[in-house]
Amino acid sequence: MAAGTRTTDERRTGGFLALLILLMIVIGGVGMTVMAKTRWWLPPVASAHGGDIDRLFYITLIVTGLVFVLVHVLLALFVWQNAAWGDRRAEHWHEHQTLELSYTIIPAIVLAILVSMGGVVWHRVHAAPPASALAVDLRGEQFAWLARYPGADGAFGRIDPAKIDARTNPMGIDPGDPAGSDDIVTRELHLVVNRPVEVRLRARDVLHSFFVPAFRVKQDVVPGMTVTTWFTPTKAGDYEIACAELCGVGHYIMRGKIKVETQEAFDAWLAGQKK
Amino acid sequence: MAVTHEHAHAEHHLSFVQKYIFSQDHKIIGIQYLMTSMAMAVTGGILAMLIRMQLGWPGTKWGLAAFLFPGGFQGGQMKPDFYLSVVTMHGTIMVFFVLTTALSGGFGNFLIPLQIGSRDMAFPWLNMMSYWLYPPAIVVLLAAFLVSGGAPNSGWTAYVPLSALKEASPGSGLGQTLWLISLALLIVAFLFGSLNYITTILNMRARGLSMGRLPLTIWSLFVTAILMLLSFPVLFAAVIMLLFDRLAGTSFFVPSGIVIGGQLLSHTGGNPLLWQHMFWFLGHPEVYVLILPPMGMVSDILATHARKPIFGYRFMVGAICAIALLSFLVWGHHMYTSGMHPLVGMAFMTTTLAIAVPSAVKTFNWLATLWRSRIRFAPAMLFALGFVSLFVTGGLTGIFLGSPPIDIYMQDTFFVVAHFHFVMASAAIFGVFAGTYHWFPKMFGRMMNERLGRIHFWLTFIGIYATFFPMHFAGIQGMMRRIYSPQLYAHLKGLAELNAFVSLAAFALGLAQLIFLVNLFWSMFRGPRAERNPWEATTLEWQADSPPPHGNWGAHLPEVHRWAYDYSLPDAKDDYVPQTVPTAQVPAHRGTDGGGGG
Repeated sequence: MAAGTRTTDERRTGGFLALLILLMIVIGGVGMTVMAKTRWWLPPVASAHGGDIDRLFYITLIVTGLVFVLVHVLLALFVWQNAAWGDRRAEHWHEHQTLELSYTIIPAIVLAILVSMGGVVWHRVHAAPPASALAVDLRGEQFAWLARYPGADGAFGRIDPAKIDARTNPMGIDPGDPAGSDDIVTRELHLVVNRPVEVRLRARDVLHSFFVPAFRVKQDVVPGMTVTTWFTPTKAGDYEIACAELCGVGHYIMRGKIKVETQEAFDAWLAGQKK
Repeated sequence: MAVTHEHAHAEHHLSFVQKYIFSQDHKIIGIQYLMTSMAMAVTGGILAMLIRMQLGWPGTKWGLAAFLFPGGFQGGQMKPDFYLSVVTMHGTIMVFFVLTTALSGGFGNFLIPLQIGSRDMAFPWLNMMSYWLYPPAIVVLLAAFLVSGGAPNSGWTAYVPLSALKEASPGSGLGQTLWLISLALLIVAFLFGSLNYITTILNMRARGLSMGRLPLTIWSLFVTAILMLLSFPVLFAAVIMLLFDRLAGTSFFVPSGIVIGGQLLSHTGGNPLLWQHMFWFLGHPEVYVLILPPMGMVSDILATHARKPIFGYRFMVGAICAIALLSFLVWGHHMYTSGMHPLVGMAFMTTTLAIAVPSAVKTFNWLATLWRSRIRFAPAMLFALGFVSLFVTGGLTGIFLGSPPIDIYMQDTFFVVAHFHFVMASAAIFGVFAGTYHWFPKMFGRMMNERLGRIHFWLTFIGIYATFFPMHFAGIQGMMRRIYSPQLYAHLKGLAELNAFVSLAAFALGLAQLIFLVNLFWSMFRGPRAERNPWEATTLEWQADSPPPHGNWGAHLPEVHRWAYDYSLPDAKDDYVPQTVPTAQVPAHRGTDGGGGG
């Protein structure tokens, strides 16, 4: 590796690397993303806040996409320029305060804007649910979901894990609590289109996560805690709950059924469930 | 002021065992760490192939694999609990037993005394102990595959209660206990190492080598050691607490009211989120433990092979320190959807996106280093350039995940898997490759084959993008991580081809690594002899023999007269001026120097 003349071998390597960065990473990366949009992409959004999350996603995609292209084009350019150069010595140039400050401050400003936008959406998602919200209790267990509606009194009965019985009382409702006497326990989760729903999440055994891709909702379900999340489904139809937190050997089959329907259809379904 | 060991250059007569096995020489210990890490990388890589076999073609019968792993397959098909064991062990091995050990243990040990001009580490015996806790940790970890119930099923994050309750999963029995013991052993090894590095760098620098003249490799290893010293004890505490929960009936992490298999458990009063906080208080600094050393090494490799000083040395040091500080304040971004209070999420979003600023500074400084440089495309340089690309790609997807509303959707999907495989796995492994190609001549006194090295680079660079880039789209479509089969969900229909493609790319990527192994071992014994300074670099290690003798420096310790980046000085004869050349001989470039004094 003596200093001196640049070998054609090295020149070829540099040129090839620059080409690879441009073709595979810049054109391939952007091209695959465009192609993926028609094949492998976000499921159509079906909740009120989902649009906000998607908008933030697209803005971030554009900002990061531009930086991704910019950095790789520069990288390819500098590599190519080097490969093409003759035998002149590199510049002894290693400090430029204005340049360095500008690529400290500009990313900081862009990130501050992204933080603010994220903060607004995050705050909206976690605001208190409206009073008209439907209240549902949803429990994760290895490897299924169990829902509970409060019944005519609008109040959930107390849960006592010691009272859980797979056949007679799978939810473990305390028979001593009168509020629980009219609770309705179901395997399917039925929701009302365009009506906010507050889901109170609990776990029987280990961590699970309540993930409904179309609703852009994910909330871990933690033993010992009741975590609530709320959203407004906006499209009638059938959806699936996907467990998104590793919960054991059956994690991959821990699906739950959701049906979003009109208030009338919902009322009729609920009336048909046994108390 | 450097410490001189007058006895060090007296003739040493060490037995084979003292010299190569229970050695106290930092170079041997570094090579031991590197070689053991490579063996573990092969293990972790085979596990990755098993994961991709299952995800690429779920439900397929695999005759050969079923023959090799009889416990993990039933009727030729992979069992779900074995799949989770493989996922858990792949993550654990790659993060703790490959990247941490290769970067801090391997390169840290080998490079620190050589680059600061000392004869060895401050505590050679402690250094030997640090290495020798690592093989027992491996034995205990791998033994988990052999015990009843198999290796743990709870992922490398070992989230409680799955990891705490033997009833919760087959692997949550003895396998999980062994995992915890193994990790505790390895953490002690890391703490010995980091104490040693900090002491050595602060106290044993050569005369004239001020902190402001240190190569960025040393800066990054120094700051990494501080990170490890402050974060690993928290994981150690968590591991011990979880062992108590499992074996002694305590309930640090397990709440009351858990029912498994119809049985109400007796635990009471714990909180599963406490484990997540403690785990990620280590876990996030750990990500930077894996990426800071490659950042430092890549900075030096870029400068050396571009024949140009690193651009913005001060900003680079500042960025390393800023990243280190912020890395302690961002762990909650792993927990946006965990049930933690949303207000806390806001705070963590701010610190998380703030950490992107020093990362951007580093990226643009690397680019500026390449501008008007004169690159020599040695394999080390190719991998360093690849590192920059991978770090940028992985860093940018982190901006999605750092934003909590987007993370609601992306958390625990393959988007996260793609993100961290770019930014910490691939980028860090590119750091390991770049470092190996660059310092191999110093380690073994022989050169690696450049042609094989370049082929290795092309295949690996293409293979990594082909493997991990498409995973983003599986995540965007909503594919959850750690699922045994994506076939059951309606929203994952249409991903079969993508997953098969990723698997094929992963197999090709895995096979390409054989080229590296062949090159490594062939060159170790048959490569052409290396000169002292084959890359014409400035830093101190290239002033020692290749390989350096015990004690590194012969009779006299080196003396430093300039910073580490005097490349292409306009008025110098050569395009590099080693740090040991007095300024009377070649003047240092103005404004580059933090001054003398040790």
